[in-house]
Amino acid sequence: MSILSAKNVTKRFGGLVAVGNLNIDLEEGSIVSIIGPNGAGKTTFFNCVTGFYQVTEGEILFDGQSLNHRSTDLITRLGISRTYQNIRLFANMTTIENILVGEHPHLKTFWAEAIFRTPRFLKEEKDAEAEARRLLRYVGLAGLGDSLARNLPYGAQRRLEIARALASKPKLLLLDEPTAGMNPNESAEMMRFIKNLRDDLGITILLIEHDMRVVMGISEHIHVLDFGQKIAEGSPKEIQRNPRVIEAYLGRGAASGLEKQTDGISATV
Amino acid sequence: MSNEKKFTLRNAINQGLLAGLITTLISTVGMVELFSQRQLIAGVMTMAQLFIFLIPALISFQTARKAPKNSILLFSAVTSFFASLPVLVLILLASTFGLRRFLINVSPSLIETLTFGQGPLVGSLILVLATTAVGVAAAFVDQMDEKIRKPILAGLMWTILVGTFSEILQERLRAFFGIGFTNLIIKSKALQPVAALIFLVVVTAISYFWQQRGDSIKKGLASQSATQRRNMTYAQRIAFFVLLLILPLLLGSYLSEVTNNVGIYVLMGLGLNIVVGFAGLLDLGYVAFFAIGAYVMAILTSEGFLGVAQTSFWLALPVSVITAVIAGILLGTPVLRMRGDYLAIVTLGFGEIIRIMANSDLLKPYIGGAQGVLQIPKPSFFGTSLIQPGQLYYVVLAGVLLAWFVSTRLSNSRLGRQWMAMREDEDVAEAMGINLVNTKLLAFAIGAGFSGLSGAIFASKLTSIFPHSFNLLISINVLSLIIVGGMGSLPGVVVGSLILVGLPELLREFAEFRPWMYGALLIVMMLAKPEGFWPSAIQKRELHADEESPPVEEVAAAD
Amino acid sequence: MQRRLQNINYLDFVLWFIRVSIIVFVAWGTIATLLDNPYSADVWVNFTVLGLAQGSMYALIAIGYTLVYGVLFMINFAHGEFFMSGIMTATVFIAGPLSASGYLNNHPVISLLLILVVSMITSVGVAILTERVAYRPLRKAPRLVPLITALGASTFLQYTFRGLFGSEVKPFPQVEALSGKISFLGTEILQTQMVVIIATVIMLVGLYLFVMRTKTGKAIRAVAEDKDVAALMGIDVDRTIAITFALGASMAGAAGVLYALVFRQVHFYMGFLPGLKAFTAAVLGGIGSIPGAAVGGLFLGIFESVGPPLFLDGLNVPAYHQLKDVITFTLLVLVLIFRPQGIVGERLAEKKA
Repeated sequence: MSILSAKNVTKRFGGLVAVGNLNIDLEEGSIVSIIGPNGAGKTTFFNCVTGFYQVTEGEILFDGQSLNHRSTDLITRLGISRTYQNIRLFANMTTIENILVGEHPHLKTFWAEAIFRTPRFLKEEKDAEAEARRLLRYVGLAGLGDSLARNLPYGAQRRLEIARALASKPKLLLLDEPTAGMNPNESAEMMRFIKNLRDDLGITILLIEHDMRVVMGISEHIHVLDFGQKIAEGSPKEIQRNPRVIEAYLGRGAASGLEKQTDGISATV
Repeated sequence: MSNEKKFTLRNAINQGLLAGLITTLISTVGMVELFSQRQLIAGVMTMAQLFIFLIPALISFQTARKAPKNSILLFSAVTSFFASLPVLVLILLASTFGLRRFLINVSPSLIETLTFGQGPLVGSLILVLATTAVGVAAAFVDQMDEKIRKPILAGLMWTILVGTFSEILQERLRAFFGIGFTNLIIKSKALQPVAALIFLVVVTAISYFWQQRGDSIKKGLASQSATQRRNMTYAQRIAFFVLLLILPLLLGSYLSEVTNNVGIYVLMGLGLNIVVGFAGLLDLGYVAFFAIGAYVMAILTSEGFLGVAQTSFWLALPVSVITAVIAGILLGTPVLRMRGDYLAIVTLGFGEIIRIMANSDLLKPYIGGAQGVLQIPKPSFFGTSLIQPGQLYYVVLAGVLLAWFVSTRLSNSRLGRQWMAMREDEDVAEAMGINLVNTKLLAFAIGAGFSGLSGAIFASKLTSIFPHSFNLLISINVLSLIIVGGMGSLPGVVVGSLILVGLPELLREFAEFRPWMYGALLIVMMLAKPEGFWPSAIQKRELHADEESPPVEEVAAAD
Repeated sequence: MQRRLQNINYLDFVLWFIRVSIIVFVAWGTIATLLDNPYSADVWVNFTVLGLAQGSMYALIAIGYTLVYGVLFMINFAHGEFFMSGIMTATVFIAGPLSASGYLNNHPVISLLLILVVSMITSVGVAILTERVAYRPLRKAPRLVPLITALGASTFLQYTFRGLFGSEVKPFPQVEALSGKISFLGTEILQTQMVVIIATVIMLVGLYLFVMRTKTGKAIRAVAEDKDVAALMGIDVDRTIAITFALGASMAGAAGVLYALVFRQVHFYMGFLPGLKAFTAAVLGGIGSIPGAAVGGLFLGIFESVGPPLFLDGLNVPAYHQLKDVITFTLLVLVLIFRPQGIVGERLAEKKA
């Protein structure tokens, strides 16, 4: 069944249509990519899903529940979590603290319990910290628990951001350009890591990505946006051959002339 | 380091002129003159003279650090010489034109202070020579080996401190050791020269030997086992609590009163610390909750005609706090979506609205308008009315300890992390499932609660309250003390209160200049030491973001 | 319908409650006052003209907030003190002696120009100094930091001038040439008020042309748009920002003179309230916009002068003039909560976030 389905979603800013009449269905447990040129409305769609923006028209359903008019924190509690294109960690908190904040939706104690240090509070804090350390190990940052998020190297920050997103035990994980700024080796590693996420944890993954090697390598399904409209969808193979996609990326002339070599081109776009 | 440009003589001159201008400014606004009566060391030095020489000395010290190695003395001499010139100009202008017609504080007695009572000509010469000498001396001190420099500076600092507070010390020493002994050290509110010299030598010596021994003691501590160390901390804590409990006995009536005032600000500071320091919400109308707490206490307990219930202090106290909490939630709600500077302005607006309303005829039948509420009884404890400051101290102490306890526990909990995350990045915090409405309102409510508690104690301590006690300056005062101590740091609140509230109470000449100093401190702290004097670990990281190099590898290796 | 109701959360509920109660309160007060009809039409016109004069000053001060906000996205808390410092200095050093020697009333035009120049120069000097010392080193600091220094600068300047010139209210001499009334469209108007309004219009137009037509004005607008790009185009950003402060402060210095002409007294604390109100005006007109600041200032002046009698008189509030500032602050709070982009402005607020 589909875990997330966007039905005729439109988001306008004044006169600008950032996302127009978009329909996207996500199979549970799949890895799906959204690609498209800059300004195509990909991140806007993410923002609509997470409730940062309210959709202008249409509806987004998650697990059969409508996300319209729900605030961001409630949507996170339903089981959607995300990372950001330009990493947005809590830079001056330690890595463990970052993950602990991510665990927030699953912590139950009332704030007054913290004042009296009730047994329940102490146990929950202990468990939460153990879980945070486990996640840290899982993303390969074991031993870095007490360093500041700000001081981590770039790749580690990306991983920490994913760990933080995983801490809320999401069913759906939105990754906004997880390999941006990485060299091919790092990208390949991140790709394996994302695949493992799905295989180990069964999390559905929706990602925005520009690196075609990554997109073609791990996606089971791809949606292509251009100017807020969906211009194509399908398996990586189908997308690579789609003339409209090539046109959107390379312009009209290129589309007709280079159609035969598409595989090579789209892999380097 | 990239900023190590060559430091030329021209820079030295500029530095000197800057120091001189600052000295001239504090002279013309009247601060120097105000302190000319306070003797630091009897017959040798007044506080005014300290002010005249302090800034040139500090800047010469700075110059000595930056100057080329082979001409340090020259540079310091030039700096301090030029530091005396603006003051000289002031003296010249004042004695030739009637500057006083315009600048009310440029009085003949100021000029007399600046010229050491020797007349403009000789006095100016003394001023120039003395300033230069002080500057050169500062450079000398700077050149000394660290092992000697530090003890000397410590000795100087403590001697000046003792001299500054000699009036209070005199009273205390008399209480404990009698008049005869006291007169040897401090006579008619001034430290005796011989005693000062002995004190200077003793402190320097102690500081020197402590430094020599300090390392071995630290090593000894480090070699202790974990249980030993834990026992040590417990012992320290118990000693500290005992000290807190017997403090009024040591301090006497006047100092207890000062301590109570400091305590009231600590309490307010702890509250604002939650709002600004933990949650990052700049609230400039914070005084409103203090006022609400005070007025509720006043109306409920007053024996005058405005009192409605004449309840006891202890019954009114929770009511005041709860009212303040509710007010915190009510005023916090409409500003939930605002950030940063707009939030500051709106809260400032709220604070002013409440003050003006309290002052107006509209509410006069209920809260007394400008005449305030009178005849508020002091709290009583099992039948004894806590009239003495030394008795009231315990009420204040209990309040501070409670607020401290709650702050510590909360900051180390989920809620503390929520606040921190919100301060770092509101959008992401929300995307982590944090309900911003609840988190912010909790910060506002708890902060307001502490402030209301503080206000309630304040009202019954003063026995009468007036709207003008609740103006914007109180908010600025509390904000300043948090910043001076270090945002988000609990010990910082105490340090800030001691410096910004305690110090001016002890040196009452300051009273008029308190706001001036707060303003200057806010700027200077932000420029030079944004993390405050006792920073919380977190704030320190935050404000020195660019200076650290990422020590990731080391951390990884150590772990 | 069911669905919509469910989605109204606590915050929305409170905000709607505030909106409705304010509207009810204002409407009720206004109707009660109008039914009661305590003042003649002439009095209302006088209220309006007084408001216009007052609003002119707010407009001039608001320019400073708007310019600085446009360039630095920072609320310059100390701007009210720039206003105070100019006229305090001019009163003590120029107006006082000139009046004592009789020169002021013999040569009113030269004297007033001299006062104006001294006031503007002092304000500009204080502004440039403040910018250099307290703001410039902190340009890259977290957002709250410059706000806190600005607050510090404001308090520091207030009490510096208190220390320099004393804490008492200082009289500003009456200029006899401006002491009469003139008839305008059938009503009597104080000459000073007329001068204030005309002077304001001239200065606002001058400033607008300066910012729009000159090269320096273009540089200011470029820096407001994007500091980094402006720097790449060869604009000295630091200098441009200093000029922006100076421009705003010169308007504040001029406003100080007009203030002194109308109220005939100066005081070290006189900058605080007008400063805060001018900020309100700047926000009302959409902060960052120069015409907005002018319109906002005039609107606020009239609102403040007509508002208290109109809203409160009918409700039998005793001594309602005491609550004048409450009304202004309420307006400030409401505007910031409900329309931070200003009444006519665009969504500038979002850009800075």
